[in-house]
Amino acid sequence: MITLTHYLVLSAILFSIGVVGVLIRRDAIVIFMCIELMLNAVNLSFVAFAHFLHSMEGQMFVFFSMTVAAAEATVGLAIIIAMFRNKDTVNVDNMNIMKW
Amino acid sequence: MLDLVAFILLFPLAGSAINGLFGRRLRKESVGYIACGAIGLSFFVSILVFSGLLALPPEQRIFEKHLFSWIQSGSFNAAAGFQADPLSSLMSLIVTGVGFLIHIYSIGYMHEDKGYHRYFSYLNLFTFSMLLLVLSNNFLLMFVGWEAVGLCSYLLIGFWFEKKSASDAAKKAFVVNRVGDFGFALGIMMIFLTFHSIDFTEVFNAASHGKFAIGDVTITIITLLLFMGAAGKSAQIPLYTWLPDAMEGPTPVSALIHAATMVTAGIYMIARSNVLYMLSPFTMTIVASIGAATALFAASIGLMQNDIKRVLAYSTISQLGYMFLACGVGAFTAGIFHLMTHAFFKALLFLGSGSVIHALSGEQDMRKMGGLKNHIPVTYKTFFIGTVAIAGIPPFAGFFSKDEILLEAFVKGNVIYWAIGAVAAFLTAFYMFRLLFMTFHGESRVDHHVKEHLHESPRNMTVPLMILAGLSIVGGFLGLPGASALNHFLSPVFGGHGHNEMHGSEASSHHGIGLPSLMMVVSTLIAIGGIWLAYQMYVKRQELPKKLAERFALPYKVLLNKYYVDEIYDAVFVNPIKKISVQLWKRVDAMMIDGSVNGVARFFTGTSNVFRLLQTGYVRNYAFYIVVGCIFILILTTWLNK
Repeated sequence: MITLTHYLVLSAILFSIGVVGVLIRRDAIVIFMCIELMLNAVNLSFVAFAHFLHSMEGQMFVFFSMTVAAAEATVGLAIIIAMFRNKDTVNVDNMNIMKW
Repeated sequence: MLDLVAFILLFPLAGSAINGLFGRRLRKESVGYIACGAIGLSFFVSILVFSGLLALPPEQRIFEKHLFSWIQSGSFNAAAGFQADPLSSLMSLIVTGVGFLIHIYSIGYMHEDKGYHRYFSYLNLFTFSMLLLVLSNNFLLMFVGWEAVGLCSYLLIGFWFEKKSASDAAKKAFVVNRVGDFGFALGIMMIFLTFHSIDFTEVFNAASHGKFAIGDVTITIITLLLFMGAAGKSAQIPLYTWLPDAMEGPTPVSALIHAATMVTAGIYMIARSNVLYMLSPFTMTIVASIGAATALFAASIGLMQNDIKRVLAYSTISQLGYMFLACGVGAFTAGIFHLMTHAFFKALLFLGSGSVIHALSGEQDMRKMGGLKNHIPVTYKTFFIGTVAIAGIPPFAGFFSKDEILLEAFVKGNVIYWAIGAVAAFLTAFYMFRLLFMTFHGESRVDHHVKEHLHESPRNMTVPLMILAGLSIVGGFLGLPGASALNHFLSPVFGGHGHNEMHGSEASSHHGIGLPSLMMVVSTLIAIGGIWLAYQMYVKRQELPKKLAERFALPYKVLLNKYYVDEIYDAVFVNPIKKISVQLWKRVDAMMIDGSVNGVARFFTGTSNVFRLLQTGYVRNYAFYIVVGCIFILILTTWLNK
């Protein structure tokens, strides 16, 4: 029998992988993908809660966050392309012209 | 007309501002015209105010012009207001009148100076400050003027500041005056504590209405503190040392500030506060004694000086001593009378010496003068009149005022005051004629190339000399014994409390006409004696001074070195203070204060260097801190929920 705990543990694992990815990777695209991973880990827990609590509200939230994530992906990828055009790289350590 | 009193001050201030701000771009003539015009207008308004006062009946001759409330704090209230009464209007006439002549003289004297506009700006500022001192209607505003004349004195003594001696003299004048001003400031505070007001009218009314017994301790302390200020400003023992050094300034400055006006501020202040002084016999004794001592002491130093301006400086100190002697025995009118005549003849003497110095291309040593009488005749004649006036030969101005002081000292003080005054008068006659003979008579000791340039001064310098000479001749008739117009005019200020002014003339009626006439004869004889001695020593038997110097080597040396007072002050006050200051600088300032300030800064630099490492500039690291924080909070909440 798969319980709520299983879902939540899976969600936590996915979220942690996302966090670690954001922290240790330097490639902007990978970091971006890790953020998506964190977002979807949360979505998973929303859906799990919605199922086990017999409530539709969690699923509604997921729709919203997926829409926002899609918009965010568009903007984010556009920014990364703009960065690449300027610097010929997507390594975030090189994005330091604002640093004093 | 009395309403115009504020304009007396306005013109010099405006003149000073214009010359100070734009003088560099103006032509020399315009600078001179602006400065003299400002004082001239001020003099004109002073005459208007004076005649306005004369038109009133004597007991109503006081007019206060309240401009605005200057400082208001709790019960303390200082107004910016001016007061026209016989004393202040007389003083403003002297200041603007003599000042006007000296301004005109300065046009010629300072003609070739590169700081021309700066000079006139300072001179106008000085006149403004002096008028502020004289015309203010409360002690605090008077103190502002008092400090401002000190500032102008500093600026003008140090006018040729490239010369080290001049800037040193300026500093000395400023610092010595600080000592006196400290007392004056304390005195004003005491007045406020005692009377809850600093307004002249209120304070003097309160004091004269019997609230304080004669000899009251508070009043004695107040008057002593005020006298401390007066002694500093008017160069009395022990604070006189700055005045001879102040001769480093341009000669017209010595005439205006260090002879005619500023140094008399102390006399004016005491005369103004006469109500308070009459309540304290002890202070009066101190004032009279210090005045008499100074008169004698400075006159004796004047005997041996060889710098023409320094002789006049010691003479000024000595004459100021006379005025304090007069105030100290309660003869305020006599003091103010002598102040006025002294302003005439001493300004004349200083300007005359300036003319001599001008003719000799800057030479001030009398040993390098002599025989100038035919080369600069106008200067000689006017200087002669001034010398006779100060020596006290009737009917010149100095005779009447000095004689009145001696008479009052005899009648109201005691014989010792009179004797000291008489000896000082003898010395005065002697050293002034010594100066005259050494400078103008005898054989010329002038350098050859200086002699070729010998010339009489231009008309803008000689005309003021002639006018002042005229005043030195007739000035004394304002205070003729028995029928003194001055006495009558000033009586509302000094006569309000019974036992001073009329006393002199009462005394003369008590003693019949005999005593004053006898006094006159005696003081004339004293003056003639001094002149005769000077004639013997410096004209007829010129080897005599040298012989006397050899015979009395020790007294001669002591006098020549001015009793070593400067050296003693240096050893007792100046050098110890300097040493302490150096220690304070090195130990307290450099080590403790700078150390603690720098230490605090160093501490923060050190700790910042550690914490700076947290700021890497990588977003990744900041995100890591956020995650660590979140985990920490999660652990904390779970642990707390257990």
